[in-house]
Amino acid sequence: MQQFLTTALTGLTQGMIYAAFALALVLIWRSTRIVNFAQAPMAMITVYIALVIIDAGYSYWLGFAAALLSGLLLGAVVERVAIRPVEDKPHINAVILTLGLFIVIHALAAVIFGSNYRSFPAPFGLSGFRVGDVNVALTGFSVFTILAVLAVMLLLVLLFRFTNVGLMMRASAFNQEVARLLGVRVTRMLTQGWALAAMVGSLSGLLIAGGNLVHPSYMDSVVVFGFVAAVLGGLDSPIGAVVGGLILGVSLSFVSGYIGSEVIALAALVILMVVLLLRPGGLFSHAPARRV
Amino acid sequence: MLDIRDLTAAYGPVTALDGVSFTAPEGKITAVLGANGAGKTSLLRTISGLLRPTKGTAYLAGKDLSRVPVERMSRLGLAHVPEGRGVITELTVEENLRLGGLGRSARAKPADLERIYTLFPKMADRRHKTAHVLSGGERQMLVIGRALLATPKVLLLDEPSLGLAPRIVAQIFDLLKSLVESDGLTIVLVEQNARSALSIADYGVVLNLGKLVVHDDAAVLAADDKLRHAYLGF
Amino acid sequence: MTAFAQRIWASTLGRHLLLAGLGLVAVALVLENTSAFRNGQFAVMAYMGIAAGGLTVLTGLNGQLSLGHGAFMAIGAYTTALLLDDYESAPPLILVLLAATAVALVIGAGVGVAAARLHGPYIAGATLALAIAVPGIALYFQGTLGGEQGLTVVVPDVPNWFADAAYFITANDVSSSKYVAYIGWFSLIVSYVLLANLSRSRVGRIWRAVRDDDVAAEIAGINLGRARVLAFVVSTACAGLAGAVLALAVRLAAPSGFMLTLSLALLSAVVLGGLGSLLGALIGAALLTFLPQVVTSIGLDAGLTDLQAAELAPLVYGLTTMLVVILAPAGIVGTARAARRRRRSHP
Repeated sequence: MQQFLTTALTGLTQGMIYAAFALALVLIWRSTRIVNFAQAPMAMITVYIALVIIDAGYSYWLGFAAALLSGLLLGAVVERVAIRPVEDKPHINAVILTLGLFIVIHALAAVIFGSNYRSFPAPFGLSGFRVGDVNVALTGFSVFTILAVLAVMLLLVLLFRFTNVGLMMRASAFNQEVARLLGVRVTRMLTQGWALAAMVGSLSGLLIAGGNLVHPSYMDSVVVFGFVAAVLGGLDSPIGAVVGGLILGVSLSFVSGYIGSEVIALAALVILMVVLLLRPGGLFSHAPARRV
Repeated sequence: MLDIRDLTAAYGPVTALDGVSFTAPEGKITAVLGANGAGKTSLLRTISGLLRPTKGTAYLAGKDLSRVPVERMSRLGLAHVPEGRGVITELTVEENLRLGGLGRSARAKPADLERIYTLFPKMADRRHKTAHVLSGGERQMLVIGRALLATPKVLLLDEPSLGLAPRIVAQIFDLLKSLVESDGLTIVLVEQNARSALSIADYGVVLNLGKLVVHDDAAVLAADDKLRHAYLGF
Repeated sequence: MTAFAQRIWASTLGRHLLLAGLGLVAVALVLENTSAFRNGQFAVMAYMGIAAGGLTVLTGLNGQLSLGHGAFMAIGAYTTALLLDDYESAPPLILVLLAATAVALVIGAGVGVAAARLHGPYIAGATLALAIAVPGIALYFQGTLGGEQGLTVVVPDVPNWFADAAYFITANDVSSSKYVAYIGWFSLIVSYVLLANLSRSRVGRIWRAVRDDDVAAEIAGINLGRARVLAFVVSTACAGLAGAVLALAVRLAAPSGFMLTLSLALLSAVVLGGLGSLLGALIGAALLTFLPQVVTSIGLDAGLTDLQAAELAPLVYGLTTMLVVILAPAGIVGTARAARRRRRSHP
């Protein structure tokens, strides 16, 4: 029973992180119809920036803020420099471009920061709470993780629902031509969307890194999990991405706990295949088997 | 108000508009008529900048529009309601309207959503539903309302009657007529449905294969049997 | 040219076989006149070329993207290692190569059937998941697959008939690494002839039709799913064969050899060369094989450490991939052909 609870709680925490990453992928997919596979190394390199700052003796939070900020900046730069030239080209060009970017950032991080494992600090305790004589698997850092992701989601909801910028970003995502005719600067909205998504990606990078080891590939599997979570939720729906992330996090946690941590990527692949075969529109789609 | 001078545009090697010139006077409705492929939609797209002219210009109150980016048009007072209605169905009714209000010029009065809701009471009831639930006629009213919130001087409308029942078309055309009277709006109305369009228009322009065939009073066009048979199909 | 040669040249198969024969001669000339170290590099180029050839057919002709070809190479390599495990009773090498191809083909069919209903981002994501997942399988089945250390591959002795024939023709002894290079290039030439004929055939035309406009293709009576699965399976079979050659060349099948970087490197090879072109795939494979050495030594001269300098090569081909996509999406071969056409039409 205790192991069951522990596994479920760990899964929930991981699921929150996958949810955040999936959300980042969905934000970009909705506005540009591109799955940004480079999201993983983009997040990774901003986490290295945080690590450099923290290792230089500054506070964890300064590093945290620097990572989010550089994520914001990197997202905008990537959209402007790399993505814009291929936006009206065949879809496959953009995908290949994000993969080229994947390789480049990866190699860059290895050249600049080295490819060895480095430990990344956590601002809160990494041991579980004790309730009576039972050790609950919820650590201080996992509480922080859950709260941080919830806060970001809340901020995004507020942004998209209640601000003019959020409204213009959604309009640009749904119908570029109509948005332009209504005076929305669509290109600027796309840049902002990429920046925002990259920042959310950086957040999930920071949360995965906390109390763990980082190296240039440490986010590679997360992009797969984020993608699977996003597909579970229908790839178009931010809420679906969050729910998909939680489902995936808990499922993978059980796979890891009861079968072995080596096969969680395989389990994610199996889940992806099953979903795509049975409900290609995502778990919550009403329309049967949308052509994808 | 809107001056079209020698406007020429092409999709790649295909000429869509060939040296079209006419004036849409202030506070009047000008109907642009012609068969499928005559260049009606291309004309509107070229005016609003979605399609760049290869030659010629459109002037809005004397201002050359040929180099103005599409995104600036609504602030200059030009609203373009594209064919197929242009409702963003993923957004709510109110969000569609708010979006219209964001595109008005800095000097304009604050957007007045309530006026639109008074104009279209059905819209008010469903303001928080996604626009997806609206019928074709209601969508057309929504996009006209949304365009009005940008406080335009000139309204370009592309086939507002498309796919609507005659009763609804009559309602929409009545609405346009009253807007011209109350707001002094200038309207350029592209229509396949020439008979209805000429019934409310002050002037008519007939295009054929991208060229202007005739430009005259609506009543004169409606009375010209030969023209009607050749180009207008009624 | 004699009438006979002209007739051969006029038929697609004849032309490809003629080119293949010339290729074989060229390979022999190069391998006989280069060092054992270079022979080893040419073996690397051969397996990269085989895998890239399969991938370029999939991506260039059928429009599907696979980020998981490294995983299929792993499947081929592990199959080879397991079959050659017992030095005494190992099956003939040709059967081992065929078995590695077949296993990758069967698993490819499984993945392909699931993925064929999808394309665009879904197939890219699914194959990416595969690339990430496969190394984990080797770790999980540590007993059979050797875990982190992997399996060492026992390369069979050079058969006597081969050694004799080679000595008779070239008066050189055949070292084990040269033998492997010959196997690699022989496999490459066979697979390229098959791929070239396939892409010229009805099947190839169907693939192109599906790539260009799937709706129109479906209306024309093409079964989209079958066309996509077939392209995927052909491509994974190539990757399996490539994995077998890799196992022989590296003498090891270990998870670290099949990380995501391998799959991405293959993709950039076909993009650099020009999607859909076998010649381009070969050029891309050559770049992946020989570029790292050059770039790494430049990095070392510039004062980088070994580890840092080793990352310069991916940096360079990653950047080049991005530039190619932005500036010259047709790749090296496509751009060269376009330039030649322009020269011809404006003399």
